[in-house]
Amino acid sequence: MGGPEIARLIALLGKLPGLGPRSARRAALWLLREPATRLAPLAAALTEAGAVVRRCRVCGNLDSQDPCFICADPGREQGLVLVVEGVGDLWAMERGGLYRGLYHVLGGLLSALAGVGPEDLSLAPLHARIAEGAVREVILALPATVDGATTMHWLADTLRPSGVAISRLAQGLPMGGSLETLDEGTLAAALRARRYESTP
Amino acid sequence: MEWQAPAIVLDVRRHGENDAVATLLSEAEGRHRGLVRGGQSRRQAATWQVGSLVAARWTGRLADQLGHFTAELVHPSAALVLDSPLALALLAAACAVAEGALPEREAHPRIFAGLFRLLAGIVAPERAIVDLVRWEADLLADLGYGLDLRCCAVSGAVDDLAFVSPRTGRAVSRTAASPWAERLLPLPAFLCDAAAPAGASDWRDGLRLTGHFLARDGFGARHRPLPPARLSLYDRIATLAAPSPDPPES
Repeated sequence: MGGPEIARLIALLGKLPGLGPRSARRAALWLLREPATRLAPLAAALTEAGAVVRRCRVCGNLDSQDPCFICADPGREQGLVLVVEGVGDLWAMERGGLYRGLYHVLGGLLSALAGVGPEDLSLAPLHARIAEGAVREVILALPATVDGATTMHWLADTLRPSGVAISRLAQGLPMGGSLETLDEGTLAAALRARRYESTP
Repeated sequence: MEWQAPAIVLDVRRHGENDAVATLLSEAEGRHRGLVRGGQSRRQAATWQVGSLVAARWTGRLADQLGHFTAELVHPSAALVLDSPLALALLAAACAVAEGALPEREAHPRIFAGLFRLLAGIVAPERAIVDLVRWEADLLADLGYGLDLRCCAVSGAVDDLAFVSPRTGRAVSRTAASPWAERLLPLPAFLCDAAAPAGASDWRDGLRLTGHFLARDGFGARHRPLPPARLSLYDRIATLAAPSPDPPES
């Protein structure tokens, strides 16, 4: 194989999510086959992103401007804040285009087993926004796991004295999911969260 | 090498992008670790939640290898208590204590059966807290640090046992304890009498009692602190047991 530069490129590509050493070799080969049209633009994009992208000091999103384009958008509902675990969750919500409020990225979940405590989460900016008085509802959109639920209960307890409404995302049947193939946990959650179509 | 058995998921840690390393507790194999291929995948994530009861299968080329787990969900304990902060805290505490205190690959059938019962009934946390304290007392006994609650260490009396010595773990009757009561650990009645009623202050006393010996002996002997989940459960119960402030005078 080629010189140390190629080995370094492969080693770095191999650290990307979803890529192992074999895939990294394929990607490196693909890039190096046409460096001018493939490698150079990618290198420029990486350099530019590294120089420009930063964490929004209001919500914790990643963007090239601070505050980010969501926090700076006056058309968004300023009284709604949706709390997510990570930036990936924020992007997933944005992909759907169903939510027009603001966000807050916690940067993790409380985990007794992994030793993650409240001091490891980004909470001060959320408390500051609530203290300013513009927030009327906080939506907790955290994973349906033991750590996610523990964090949700803890956050709800912490935010309750502030007087804002606190809600959480529903759990239950996924779109296109048939009962036969669902796990017992999801079925139990769906049954608990059932809605009455009519009552006597 | 291979074994199949009902098991309880005690801990799941991410391993790479899709896999996980799980710690299970089974009756015959004890606390056992293994790699779960695709343990973080959408299909398997619900199975590999702390507290889940599963039908597990472990395979490894050699007995002392990490090996691989596959499992089918039998009872989704965690999913059933996600809405209940107290039950969730209980589940996390029980699994963290079992994970941290039990030696690896050593059978503790009584501890497995106790935890199994506890998790199966965790949807009623008021009952499950009492079961947890009893289970922790059994755990201490299995580890060789059992409490001696048969009679008073001072007078030999078998009635009115109300305290436990924090040094020896032996019960002390109310009468014999009176000069040193403040230095002893309160003994909740439900630990001696299965039919005794238990309220929040009894739960707190029970957790304080077993927590003291777990911290000193069960975890202390291995130079580890009590798991944060267990500490947080005690704090939650202590808050419940704290007397409510007097209503403001009108």
